[in-house]
Amino acid sequence: MGEIFEKAARENGLVTAFAIVGFVVLVSGVISRRLTFGRVQGSAIAILIGLALAYVGGRLSGGTKGLADLALFSGIGLMGGNMLRDFAIVATAFEVQPEEARRAGWIGAIALLLGTVVPFIVGVGVARAFGYSDAVSMTTIGAGAITYIVGPVTGAAIGASSDVMALSIATGVIKAILVMVATPMAAKFLRLKTPRSAMVFGGLAGTVSGVSAGLAATNRELVPYGALVATFHTGLGCLLGPSVLYFIVRALT
Amino acid sequence: MIIYGTALLAVCHLVGIVLGDLLGAALGMKTNVGGVGIAMLLLIVARVYLHKSGRLCATSERGVHYWGAIYIPVVVAMAMQQNVVAALRGGPVALLAAIGSVVLCGALVSFINRMEPQPPETAAGAKDNEE
Repeated sequence: MGEIFEKAARENGLVTAFAIVGFVVLVSGVISRRLTFGRVQGSAIAILIGLALAYVGGRLSGGTKGLADLALFSGIGLMGGNMLRDFAIVATAFEVQPEEARRAGWIGAIALLLGTVVPFIVGVGVARAFGYSDAVSMTTIGAGAITYIVGPVTGAAIGASSDVMALSIATGVIKAILVMVATPMAAKFLRLKTPRSAMVFGGLAGTVSGVSAGLAATNRELVPYGALVATFHTGLGCLLGPSVLYFIVRALT
Repeated sequence: MIIYGTALLAVCHLVGIVLGDLLGAALGMKTNVGGVGIAMLLLIVARVYLHKSGRLCATSERGVHYWGAIYIPVVVAMAMQQNVVAALRGGPVALLAAIGSVVLCGALVSFINRMEPQPPETAAGAKDNEE
């Protein structure tokens, strides 16, 4: 019985991956609602569970690809691989309304640019301080400080090692969680009152999940304004990370 | 047809990757430069163009929306295959980089928003009433 089940899972890798990830997302949603009362968004919890499972997989297999190194879960490798990841990320651009984006005006663009460059510099600086002295690793960790999607996209483009990629994602995930939890608490200090202020926030705080969850817990009406600018964040980061930012870091090292 | 939307997405993706590779080669590197970002811009432009000419039906759009909605699960699957065991050895890096970025960006948000011109009295009053 067990053997039949295992064979089915192994021979239908991608389908198994859909089922596993769906289950993890379901559990994360319950944890989000019951334990954090919606303050920490389900997607962030799901990613943390994913990283925890990757740790378990890495320990069990001794490999470098987390859970995907276990034959039973090999489909995870395809579902979370470069091809489908980039495909899904490109698809999110479909939600962006150019007219509304234009209304965000120059202040949104400035916030967006600052929100890309400032975290990147912090990430690169911290990476350098901890002994990651090669341009590829520093850029990947710096890009992870932009968002947890820019990190791996940049890392994959410039050929970073998997452990640096994981570190980069961890940085982005920790940042997203911090934004979610801290935004409602810091709303007064951040002056989050108007659509314009939400756009500035969306540009600087990055991470769509962090921004939308943080704003939802502060003032629901501000969510679309922040998320609108934040959706450009990943695109801008993916554009600048493996190109301009990487060249600058490479020139300086 | 739902496949039209997915095919449009696929074409934008492939063209973006090719342009990113060409840009990388032009800049003298073997890597892809901003291919995903270029693909996103292409999709935005394609959508605006097709909307204006009315050639994008709701069913076709669903072929793109599905993949946009699936991106968080894909990122979860991506997280599951990372080399976390190796990453944990560099623990404080992730924590410090994240805290540093959030604190610095928060200060900037606060600074920029304090410069925001106060809305006219009437508009502010109307907003207060709404709330």
